[in-house]
Amino acid sequence: MQAMLAARDLACRRGERLLFRGLSLSLSPGEACHLAGPNGIGKTSLIRILAGLLRPFHGSVECRASIALLDERHALDPQVPLECALAFWSELDGSGTSLMDAHRERLGLVALADVPVRYLSTGQRKRAALARLLGQRAPVWLLDEPLNGLDTAGTELVETLIAEHRAAGGTCVVASHQPIRLAEAMRLEIADFAA
Amino acid sequence: MIGRLLLRDLALLMPGGRRGGALLPLLFFLAVAMIYPFAVGPDAPLLARTGGGVIWVAALLAAILPLDRLVAPDLEEGVFDQLAVRGVAEELAVAVRMLAHWISFAPLLLLAALPAAALLGLEQETLRTVLLGLLAGTPGLAAIGVLIAALTASLRGGAALAGLLLIPLSVPILIFGAGALARPDGGGLAFAAAISLLLVAVTPFAAGAAIRAARES
Repeated sequence: MQAMLAARDLACRRGERLLFRGLSLSLSPGEACHLAGPNGIGKTSLIRILAGLLRPFHGSVECRASIALLDERHALDPQVPLECALAFWSELDGSGTSLMDAHRERLGLVALADVPVRYLSTGQRKRAALARLLGQRAPVWLLDEPLNGLDTAGTELVETLIAEHRAAGGTCVVASHQPIRLAEAMRLEIADFAA
Repeated sequence: MIGRLLLRDLALLMPGGRRGGALLPLLFFLAVAMIYPFAVGPDAPLLARTGGGVIWVAALLAAILPLDRLVAPDLEEGVFDQLAVRGVAEELAVAVRMLAHWISFAPLLLLAALPAAALLGLEQETLRTVLLGLLAGTPGLAAIGVLIAALTASLRGGAALAGLLLIPLSVPILIFGAGALARPDGGGLAFAAAISLLLVAVTPFAAGAAIRAARES
């Protein structure tokens, strides 16, 4: 099967420091990868390189499908009610309102529709960002610390969402220092590639 | 998609908009026009002769105020990252931002120039030249504003630096725009408009590159 997301011989330099080198990765539809390692090892940098936001110091990334990114910056305007902040992205992504309503229901955001984003808690913001991610309907998910700030139910929900996404033929790269249950996912210790 | 981006930018930047503070530049502009007569005294001919230049200086100073709201919040919130993974080029996002910025301050600035001209006792002919000059110069000012905001967005203390950078960069517009007051043959206005056009054309590329560079830092 052809790889949906492939990275060859990646090296990443931040400032004067080489974080990792010789890192290769190939994911076919339905596969997932868990990037593990302690803080500062280069998980976020790798996610951003895969998303095309950071140029690798060496190597190349090939992606055959559209990408959805979830990181610690949620891109939801703080002054705006949650509903409007999400509506901006769902209109850009062309996802219908009924679909977005279903996602909001599932993520427990319905009661928060009129609340400005800046009043939401960390976990609620993460749930809102997940709604944006789902609305994008992109086959490749890049998740940077998706469990940060979530409660136990939220953690289980993220695991279920990832499983459903993979069952529907999507792929997923998860960077997390916390344990996360991903069935038959490959595990990549970035420390193994440290320069 | 461009329409959706523009609607969001306008909702954030317009007076009464969600990012707040959009009326401050206008009030600041009027305040400068108001204190000038206090400073030089009740000399009507002097005020009428120098008032046009004061309006220009007030407009430049007022253009400094919104700079920190133009690009930095979106960069911090990751909005440009999310647009990039959706294939929206930074250049396009910046061009739309520039248009929204112009719409949110230029028409109101032109309106505010009317009471300012009354405070300074400007002749009708002078007022006409000032308004035409501002019309020609404000697109350039909007472009410089977005460009500087993008360049300084990722710096600490970028807001203060942005104000310092805007003044020298806007000197060409000021020289020709305000210079039209001294030489009423229309040449100054044409030059101000030409500089504006050049800035509007260059800014999306320069500011787009600045936003990409900010990611690497």
